[in-house]
Amino acid sequence: MSDTLKPENAEQLLQAVQWAVAEKQPLEVLAGGSKRAYGRPMQTAATLDLSALYGIKIYEPAELYMTALAGTPMSDIDAALAEAGQQLSFEPPDLGPLLGGAANAGTIGGVVACNLAGPRRIKEGAARDHVLGFHAVSGRGETFKSGGTVVKNVSGFDLSKLLAGSLGTLAVMSEVTLKVLPAPEKIRTLLICWRTDGVYDHGAMTAMSRALGSPHDVSGAAHLPAAVAARSSVDYVSNSGGGVTALRVEGPAPSVEHRAKALTETLKEFGQIEELHTSNSKTFWQEIRDVSAFVGRDDLPIVWHLSVPPASGAKVALSLLEELRGEVIYDWGGGSIWLALAGGDAHADEVRAAVAKTGGHATLIRAPVDVRAETPVFQPRLGPESDVTKNIKIGFDPDGILNPGRMYQGV
Amino acid sequence: MLMPKPDETVIARRQELADALRDIVPGEGVIDGAEELRAFDCDGLMAYKQLPLIVVLPETTEQVSAVLKYCHKNNVKIVPRGAGTGLSGGAMPLADGITLGLSKFKKILDIDFDNRCVVTQPGVTNLAISQAVEADNFYYAPDPSSQIACSIGGNVAENSGGVHCLKYGLTTNNILGVEMVLMNGDIIRFGGKHLDAGGLDLMGVITGSEGLLGVITEVTVRILRKPETVQALLIGFPTMVDAGNCVADIIAAGIIPGGMELMDKATVHATEDFVHAGYPLDVDGLMIIELDGPSAEVDYLVGRVREIAERNNASTVKTAANEEERVRFWSGRKNAFPAIGRISPDYICVDGTIPRKKLAEVLERMAGISEKHGLRVANVFHAGDGNLHPLILFDANKEGELERAELVCSDILMLCVEVGGVLSGEHGIGVEKRDLMGAMFTEDDLKQQQRVKCAFDPGHLLNPGKVYPELHRCAELGKMHIHHGKLPFPDIPRF
Repeated sequence: MSDTLKPENAEQLLQAVQWAVAEKQPLEVLAGGSKRAYGRPMQTAATLDLSALYGIKIYEPAELYMTALAGTPMSDIDAALAEAGQQLSFEPPDLGPLLGGAANAGTIGGVVACNLAGPRRIKEGAARDHVLGFHAVSGRGETFKSGGTVVKNVSGFDLSKLLAGSLGTLAVMSEVTLKVLPAPEKIRTLLICWRTDGVYDHGAMTAMSRALGSPHDVSGAAHLPAAVAARSSVDYVSNSGGGVTALRVEGPAPSVEHRAKALTETLKEFGQIEELHTSNSKTFWQEIRDVSAFVGRDDLPIVWHLSVPPASGAKVALSLLEELRGEVIYDWGGGSIWLALAGGDAHADEVRAAVAKTGGHATLIRAPVDVRAETPVFQPRLGPESDVTKNIKIGFDPDGILNPGRMYQGV
Repeated sequence: MLMPKPDETVIARRQELADALRDIVPGEGVIDGAEELRAFDCDGLMAYKQLPLIVVLPETTEQVSAVLKYCHKNNVKIVPRGAGTGLSGGAMPLADGITLGLSKFKKILDIDFDNRCVVTQPGVTNLAISQAVEADNFYYAPDPSSQIACSIGGNVAENSGGVHCLKYGLTTNNILGVEMVLMNGDIIRFGGKHLDAGGLDLMGVITGSEGLLGVITEVTVRILRKPETVQALLIGFPTMVDAGNCVADIIAAGIIPGGMELMDKATVHATEDFVHAGYPLDVDGLMIIELDGPSAEVDYLVGRVREIAERNNASTVKTAANEEERVRFWSGRKNAFPAIGRISPDYICVDGTIPRKKLAEVLERMAGISEKHGLRVANVFHAGDGNLHPLILFDANKEGELERAELVCSDILMLCVEVGGVLSGEHGIGVEKRDLMGAMFTEDDLKQQQRVKCAFDPGHLLNPGKVYPELHRCAELGKMHIHHGKLPFPDIPRF
């Protein structure tokens, strides 16, 4: 029988972990559960559910930070920020629907634990860049904290970076403090609609590189091949008939006007340029952020996320699509590739071999549980990196109580 | 400064170690003459000096690896050193330790505009990276004030900042990859030209680890396109409270300036006498705000900042008429430290961060601390990100003044922590603030940090005596304390 512990405060959280340590009872740690199907499958008899540890503890818009309990729903956080005209600038995606679950079920703890970031990653960084501090309970059953509430802080090792992206394998965060920033007044998206037949992905990489190397402060650079563009709910994109490259500029109104115009000039040699205004832009970038084109695709059950040098994006993706049946979405100027594949095989060897040619890493985001059990979900760590990773796990969670094996076997 | 007791047996083996190291690093890369060693007896924290046992200046990653492997086997301590400009004593030598300098790693290896990054050796200066890409209108964003001399490897080790951190982040937000050698000689690479780690973010934790986890031998940094326009405003306020309110209102209006600096009256007078930047002398607080970006944006924001300043009782609001004047506005701020050096024989530069809103309170209480110890304090403040640099003026030749200055320093840092800030914003902990760590962290917090050290260097051979006030043996840190035998609560909901 599976036991679920649902602490309601930090003290109860500590007791729950201490119990698990004493009983050598591995715990599956979750809050919203929206990304439960992400990572290696685990076998744990007990679940530590953080969803009762919720609420925004401190929000000081003028100090540009927010402290929230780990189980606070993202929808609450977004609502509070919107009211003050602010946002989490790393644009955390909602991967719930992609992973076969409900939308808006994610929590801030889950966002940090998975170190996710949306299209603005290229300009503003990932969750790791916005975590200013946290309180947590280690797998030793001890409470500890790191960081603070200020952006400029070099006092001791930066454990926030380590916890961000550790999928709950090192410690259970009870609260996190995040940097928040003003939301832009206005958003404009320029669309390059590729009319040529055949493959224009390489041209798209060049266009995105030119835009990102311009002084126009581009905050989103994505490319959708025709099959993906056709699925957009934004008419301008789905009706374009071909592939679409999208570039976002945001900020104060006069600045956005000026930059959109200048950027159009820079990009006009690539093809016809269309514009999306604020509302359509929001819809469009949310689709990119949440990988909406691959939601509910029974024909493409496998989804990988590849992080590669941006200029190599098309080369990596096209070489894979030559061998395998699937579709891709490019984000981060080509540096992020969402690859959806047909069939039940993850083709991990082919995917990782393609990535290895350029440097980078590949993560298996969506796959049936049996596939995730036999495929290394995260980029395998070799040699000294594997040793250090294991030693760090031992330092935080020597008995393997917290999400054991969720990232790597034995970690 | 209390350091771990030097190991006399290692000191006795000095000649043997030097010979062995010469086999690894031939030529003049091994230094053991007393006169030559003196050039390495301290870093930017010059109050503490110590001759290193030997200095090694390798030229390749393989040599670094071989040196570390040898020292690991022979149980010899290593102090990594970049350009030696650090202000917290992170590169302070050990009597029984080898200082491993990266000054010969001076090549930029790859400039990649398509991927907007530069791959460089660690001894290249921060400024040299920006200069290498300047002709193509790119730059590297973090700009510590020592950027002309400090090395990028040292920047990674210290997670260096600068005046533009609020908008552009610290070193940790601007690097993509690192090659590092572990104490046992293993070479390890994190990241590359792509974003994010594929596993635990080890690059994140080694950034700012002050030479305790490994020796950095290569860095890949992100470069940014230069903004189209940069404009600066000089704004004077009758009181520091008005200045503080103006800072808060600018942020509340959704404006994130490239830089936002504040100086108090003492600093304004000292710098104006020194560089004649044209600062108004009838103000209690002087702010420089830099706005950068597309010209349309900068013009628009200059107007809004001006409005906000006037609403907060600004007595002077001057927009730089041209680039020359903008540079002059900054010249005072950039020369604040030497300017203070002219009015006081010695000074200590404190580095702490506070929540912006506590500025007025902290300044008032700092005046009290200054009065209590009978030493003057001048203030410069990175107002945008809350990083405070009080300068404590004293005369080391006067009996007891250095000790009093150190007391002022620790009182100010404790105050920073008390109001919700931190011990160090950008200079690091090193030896300077090591013994204050307990004010910010509990014993458990510190132990958990040190367990990360154990994952990289279980023998505590890399830079021991820095950052952490107490060295716990890794075996002791690894022990488990079982707190309860069974689930002690009816109070935790179970299902």
